Amino acid sequence: MATAEFDARSRVLTLAADLPLDCGQALPGVQVAYETYGQLDAARSNAVLVCHATTGDQHVASTNPRTGKPGWWQRMVGPARPIDTDRMFVICANVLGGCLGSTGPASLAPDGQPWAMRLPVLTIRDMVRAHVALLDALGIARLAAVVGGSMGGMQALSLAANWPARVDKVLAIACTAAMPAQNIAFQEVGRQAIMADPDWQQGAYYNTGRQPDAGLAVARMAAHITYLSEASMHEKFGRRLQDRAAKTFGFDAEFQVESYLRHQGVTFTTRFDANSYLYITRAMSYFDLIEEKFGPGSGALLADVFAGTDSRFCVVSFDSDWLYPTPESRKIAHALNAAGAPVSFMELAAPFGHDSFLLDVPALDRVVTGFLSQ
Amino acid sequence: MSEALRPDLALIADHVEPGSRLLDIGCGDGTLMTALRARRCDARGLELDPANVAECVARGLSVIQGDADFDLGYYPSQGLDYAILSQTLQTTRRPDKVLDELLRIGRRAVVSFPNFAHWRVRLSLLTGGRMPVTRLLPVAWYETPNIHHLTVADFRDLVRERGYRVERAWFLAGDTVIAPAGANWRAEHAVFLLSR
Repeated sequence: MATAEFDARSRVLTLAADLPLDCGQALPGVQVAYETYGQLDAARSNAVLVCHATTGDQHVASTNPRTGKPGWWQRMVGPARPIDTDRMFVICANVLGGCLGSTGPASLAPDGQPWAMRLPVLTIRDMVRAHVALLDALGIARLAAVVGGSMGGMQALSLAANWPARVDKVLAIACTAAMPAQNIAFQEVGRQAIMADPDWQQGAYYNTGRQPDAGLAVARMAAHITYLSEASMHEKFGRRLQDRAAKTFGFDAEFQVESYLRHQGVTFTTRFDANSYLYITRAMSYFDLIEEKFGPGSGALLADVFAGTDSRFCVVSFDSDWLYPTPESRKIAHALNAAGAPVSFMELAAPFGHDSFLLDVPALDRVVTGFLSQ
Repeated sequence: MSEALRPDLALIADHVEPGSRLLDIGCGDGTLMTALRARRCDARGLELDPANVAECVARGLSVIQGDADFDLGYYPSQGLDYAILSQTLQTTRRPDKVLDELLRIGRRAVVSFPNFAHWRVRLSLLTGGRMPVTRLLPVAWYETPNIHHLTVADFRDLVRERGYRVERAWFLAGDTVIAPAGANWRAEHAVFLLSR
């Protein structure tokens, strides 16, 4: 099943049964693309599911075949790393709705044509349902841990809330229990940029030779700003000009920060599908753990979502993260506490904004190591 | 296990009923919680310093980074057997409100604090005319976290005023428990077990 160390193998699971979705429909022929690292022990008790963020993928600790770049969390996952593949069997799956092997809008529907916008709208819990189907297929009844940052943290919480028997430890980093209005707003800007691009063609752009790269690039630029902090941007770019000694009184990428954002936007279009971006951000905007569990307008408390859980939780935020600020994490921690669940929470100091969970923050390494090894 | 603890923490650990649910407020690096866990207690912590919280997490403890002045309101009423506040009351902004919160969230509260009326503190203030720097109060006035110094007598007054009950009290001088007589002069340190 597993292979040694970094000799990870890409696999794709095709679900035998239709996958029921929160919208009421069932999705046929669902594929889940995943990577594994390390060895599953004989008792099948050392499995750790790592959930990726909005534009991440299953290549958490192995070279991404599309970009040729190292895994997105290679500093955290690997031999003798905080998520130690010498001891743990690490699984990471491309989310449902994604574009690196799991079923998404670019996948073919039963009629042989890409789903495009015919794909039912997905939720975070639908993504987790696909993860759980993968765990079933791998014969893993109970995870040692589920770990995720940002949208990955939402999946971790959704798994813990909706499938409490499936996980021992839950590590949710830089996330929320319900998407705040500000985040919904930023993502709507991104979606509107894509949908305003004439090359989007109501989402049916596959095989037309045109795709909404300009819109997707703008969506990425806007989102990228929210992942940084004012201080880290100032430090990195200041008001410095790009490859020029003086202002040109034009509309080129005059400032370094403009050039950087344009580069981020354009690069993103080479690795990500615009419709996937629509579906995944829509899933995030719908995310509300209380609604997931009790439906809309139930009046239930967040603590009720976790009633009776026997998992252990660790919730982490970063002081410079204004996209998923500390109060969001603190709410989760207090709800877990009120539910009687063992929970730790801390706000770590890090200068990189929301992206801190992906970057060099040794304090996070210590927390992850400690939480998983105890 | 209790032998290696600071004497006031050892006292607390020895007098908490085994198997209790408790919250250690200002739990530091989790030393007391570790001792309480050995007594099969369900011990949770609240701690201001993130480095200490990280240390607790690495010890397998459940600790929330937060502030006794602001975060106790999130805890449900009477959900705990004990709310423990060791060496922290004098650092809070509103010790009276914190005390109320302790006895709202816990059926009992354990509070320990350095006694500002100990004879050495009195003598130092009387003869030196300056804020004392002693073994238990080692930091100069301008950088001490102790913003609300109190005495055994002050604390007894507050407890009486609020209508709480002193179930037990222990007084320490030079790491040993002393008799309660003249404690406001003789104790460097006090530990109170309170209930509603």
